[in-house]
Amino acid sequence: MIEVEHLSKNYAGVVAVNDISFTIPRGICFGLLGPNGAGKTTTVEMLEGIKTPSAGTIRYKGKALGQQFRDEAGIMFQHTALQEFIRVEEVLKMFQQFYSHPRPIDELVEICVLDEFLDRDTRKLSGGQKQRLLLAIALINNPEVVFLDEPTTGLDPQSRRNLWAQVKKIKAENKTLVLTTHYMEEAYELCDEIIIIDRGEIISQGNPKTLLSDHFDNAVITLPAASLPDDFEPDAEASLHCQDGQIEILTSDIDVTIRHLLSRQISLHQLQVRSPTLEDLFLELTGHHLRA
Amino acid sequence: MSIRRFSAALQARNLEFLRDRTALGWNFIMPVLIVMGFAFFFSTGQEELYKVALTGQAELDAPIQNFLKTRYMDFIPVDDLETAISKVDRHQLDLLVDMDKQRYWVNSTSPKGYLLEQILSPYGLTRETVSGREIRYVDWLIPGVLGMNIMFSALFGVGYVIVRYRKNGVLKRLRATPLSAFEFLSAQIVSRMLMIVVVTVMVYAGTNLVVDFRMNGSYWLLMLILILGALSMISVGLLIAARITSEEAANGLLNLLSWPMMLLSGVWFSLEGSHPLVQNLSLALPLTHMIDAARAVMIEGAGLTDVGEQLIALLLFSVIFVIIGSKTFRWE
Repeated sequence: MIEVEHLSKNYAGVVAVNDISFTIPRGICFGLLGPNGAGKTTTVEMLEGIKTPSAGTIRYKGKALGQQFRDEAGIMFQHTALQEFIRVEEVLKMFQQFYSHPRPIDELVEICVLDEFLDRDTRKLSGGQKQRLLLAIALINNPEVVFLDEPTTGLDPQSRRNLWAQVKKIKAENKTLVLTTHYMEEAYELCDEIIIIDRGEIISQGNPKTLLSDHFDNAVITLPAASLPDDFEPDAEASLHCQDGQIEILTSDIDVTIRHLLSRQISLHQLQVRSPTLEDLFLELTGHHLRA
Repeated sequence: MSIRRFSAALQARNLEFLRDRTALGWNFIMPVLIVMGFAFFFSTGQEELYKVALTGQAELDAPIQNFLKTRYMDFIPVDDLETAISKVDRHQLDLLVDMDKQRYWVNSTSPKGYLLEQILSPYGLTRETVSGREIRYVDWLIPGVLGMNIMFSALFGVGYVIVRYRKNGVLKRLRATPLSAFEFLSAQIVSRMLMIVVVTVMVYAGTNLVVDFRMNGSYWLLMLILILGALSMISVGLLIAARITSEEAANGLLNLLSWPMMLLSGVWFSLEGSHPLVQNLSLALPLTHMIDAARAVMIEGAGLTDVGEQLIALLLFSVIFVIIGSKTFRWE
């Protein structure tokens, strides 16, 4: 549906996006993953036609971005505001007027769960409510492709899960979704295919579950940093990372690693074992954490 | 141009304006307070200098020579007596002295004229009254204050608001829709124009009930001046808002423009007798043409041809600024 070839963007000598290429097939949820400042928003804004690339091409249904794309795309920006002193229903009606074949408001209200605050002034919405309204606006032209730029950043866990539920409803309508996020669990939960971007370049690409199984056949053991002596060396099956006062031991054999810890008389109090996440993958690929 | 998209943007802007009660209130309250203040308390506001027009020659040893040495007075020689008398009538001159025939003209409603008359009294000149219904300072001031209010409303209501939309992302969101820049800007112009016309008519009618100021001309012509004047100010606002991304920069630039306009367009005092450079500079400001035309219609009962020059100037300002403003407009 969207083909990107050798895309680059420079700002006053700084390379924000460096020669990336990828294809977004129709009907999937495609994720752009990476830490803040990786170049995700710059990339997605070039795909949306908001920013002009310094080099490279973007094709939508085989053609350059034009009127057809504007009619068929829905966009939810990361930072955007709505006119003040206007009620939710009035905002929806205004945006409806901009398109020739808008979606009925009651459908949008149902998908995005807007019925509780339809009469409310846009200034008085909570973070989650505002994101749901912006999502409804992105869907107002019944788009074929929907761009969601960091849709849940700044939301509490409850609101984030609610928004995921709405995104899944949109997925169920067979629309193509392009999602940027720095939340790994969000990409894991929603995306069929992801590219991981760091410093303007793609460092990995594929289905999130396949990527994890390709890179890891192991588990993560976490312990408080204070439990381990400074000179601790992991066993041959494991490697160590330290984050936020926690030691993470990536191991391909839990039994061997735990026996090794016990042999060094290390307390297993507060020990946790979990499966690797995209966060671990990012760390593995780049050597630094996503939310640094 | 899609009328449907234009109307949707227009309606949103109108709702936003009408529901912002604080801003709406100020649009009404400010001009009323100023006019009422001048009508009732009638004190400061004019420049410190007294403007005395002189015609004829005084003998070198005539007592009037002492009067001509009085400080803080601007003595302006005039040739045409009739024009000078009408300027006294319109508060453009505080006093007119004919030294050949030993007489003077004063507008008995002018506070400055009253003071000058006291200073002049020892010299035994004959007092001539200004013919017809004398024009009070407030009659002269009304078009200026209304013009100033229109200027602030247009510059800040269009210029500042668009920059705010650009900064907080409203423009970015609208840009991603089929709404064109032309449709968006037209909606902003028309919305502000409607507001300015309604507010100005209401303030005019309201203050007229209390102050009963002079209106000798056609209301239709005055409305035409109002619309063209407002359009020229709005287009200045558009020009400012075309590219600026910071509200602080917009605020600074708007103040930089509005203050000279307020001082040099003859809102508070006549520029009669000021340096020719200042007078020429004032002609480069749209507010000058609007206020001059409105005063000519209201005070002198001028017709369409009398204010043709000013109307053409306002139209030219509008066309030039709208073209440059929309050509250079950036959503981001």
